[in-house]
Amino acid sequence: MPPTVPVGTTAFDPSLPWALHPQVSLRPESFGALAYHFGTRRLSFLKSPTLLAVVSSLATQPTGRDACTAAGVAADELPSYERALATLAESGMICERSAS
Amino acid sequence: MTLVAAERPTPLRLVDQFQLGLDAPICLTWELTYACNLACVHCLSSSGRRDPNELSTAECKRLIDEFERMQIFYVNIGGGEPTIRNDFWELVDYATAHHVGIKFSTNGSRITPEVAERLASSDYVDVQISLDGASPEVNDAVRGVGSFDTAVRAMERMAAAGFVGFKLSVVVTRQNVSQLDAFQALADRYRAQLRLTRLRPSGRGADVWDELHPTAEQQRTLYEWLLGHGEQVLTGDSFFHLAGYGESLPGLNLCGAGRVVCLVDPVGDVYACPFAIHDEFLAGNVRSPGGFDRVWKSSVLFGELRRPDTGGACASCGSYDACRGGCMAAKFFTGLPLDGPDPECVLGHGEGRLAAVGDTLLPQPSPDHSRRARGSVAPVAVVLLPRRPDRACDEHPLADFGAGHRPH
Repeated sequence: MPPTVPVGTTAFDPSLPWALHPQVSLRPESFGALAYHFGTRRLSFLKSPTLLAVVSSLATQPTGRDACTAAGVAADELPSYERALATLAESGMICERSAS
Repeated sequence: MTLVAAERPTPLRLVDQFQLGLDAPICLTWELTYACNLACVHCLSSSGRRDPNELSTAECKRLIDEFERMQIFYVNIGGGEPTIRNDFWELVDYATAHHVGIKFSTNGSRITPEVAERLASSDYVDVQISLDGASPEVNDAVRGVGSFDTAVRAMERMAAAGFVGFKLSVVVTRQNVSQLDAFQALADRYRAQLRLTRLRPSGRGADVWDELHPTAEQQRTLYEWLLGHGEQVLTGDSFFHLAGYGESLPGLNLCGAGRVVCLVDPVGDVYACPFAIHDEFLAGNVRSPGGFDRVWKSSVLFGELRRPDTGGACASCGSYDACRGGCMAAKFFTGLPLDGPDPECVLGHGEGRLAAVGDTLLPQPSPDHSRRARGSVAPVAVVLLPRRPDRACDEHPLADFGAGHRPH
């Protein structure tokens, strides 16, 4: 049964471990990627290849911020990438995972 | 949909990126059959009779495999009435098992309580019930006697089964534009989401567009109403021509034909968009070598559609950046040049040009599967034979049973 409101909405804390929601698929495109959530049927556009790299590596990095730095995001760009991740967290595209 | 930007501006705006086309469509409509038990006067695919050449179950599954490989997340299934196909549920199950979500449009005639239960239990299937009037009089004049009751009964069953958020899909017309609040109330009553789309002069819609399309004044009312309801109401991005009034409506606000949108019709023909079923917009066929993937990526037509717009006659208009010249199909089927204003241009630039077109011969939709007895919109019972007819002219009742079953 499809929920009509985004599920799993959480405030984004970059010092916590994150992952792509299991019901989300990413499709790389020249501008970045399309992200589709099969549960909420929401489509999002990741508007840069770096953001795609960040999101793809979330599950293997200790924290959200680590995923940014590992993808080559410079210190002065961090706030904007963290805002982008916060938007994705709000719509349930990414979710907190338990630290391993 | 959501745009997620990291601060550093990308070299091109997203809308410009989309104009150049994507590796796979975002919004793919797949019409499964031209057969329909209704005969709506504005049917954009001129549906009625099944085409003998429609894709077989095996071909449909191969196409779904391609969609999966191309990461097409979901497809919008329509027709005709798609649930009429005997293999409809088999194909829905196959698609969802292959990570291709399904949203299908139906007139509701086959939404039994059991079907509603089944739909409510699936995560990957969404349903869109068509209704073109919030009262039987307004709806049935367009969709046929009894079709209002059929659709409402289907919505009741969906709600009873606990399916929250299915779509109530309405084509906005001159006759129903005053019922927008009533449509919203209907959607709320059944916990559905309202979806409003634009009437196009496509298919049989060409015959009735003059009488059914909203007046200029009504367009303004519609625009205000849509602005007031924001993202709560879906529009399939179909009213971007209204952006000429000033503020843009939610959505991409561009013609996605061949760029992010396309149509696969029941015989496998790939058109630039669901409203452009005409040879002029035919890009290829999924049965040809390379399949759908090659048509999407390499067809000459789609290559042309992905070239940047110049704006043509609209280039000097201050609103061009907002409305982008409007809908290609609306222009084509009303006889207007594609690089000029939309027939319903909100600044009135289309009206004079329409008058100039006058009674000259308009392009006719290429495949017409309307049932032959036109003039009545009463629904008919359609019973499909277990197989497709072997040839278009096989109308003998035993024609479908092959050599082994010929009467002696």
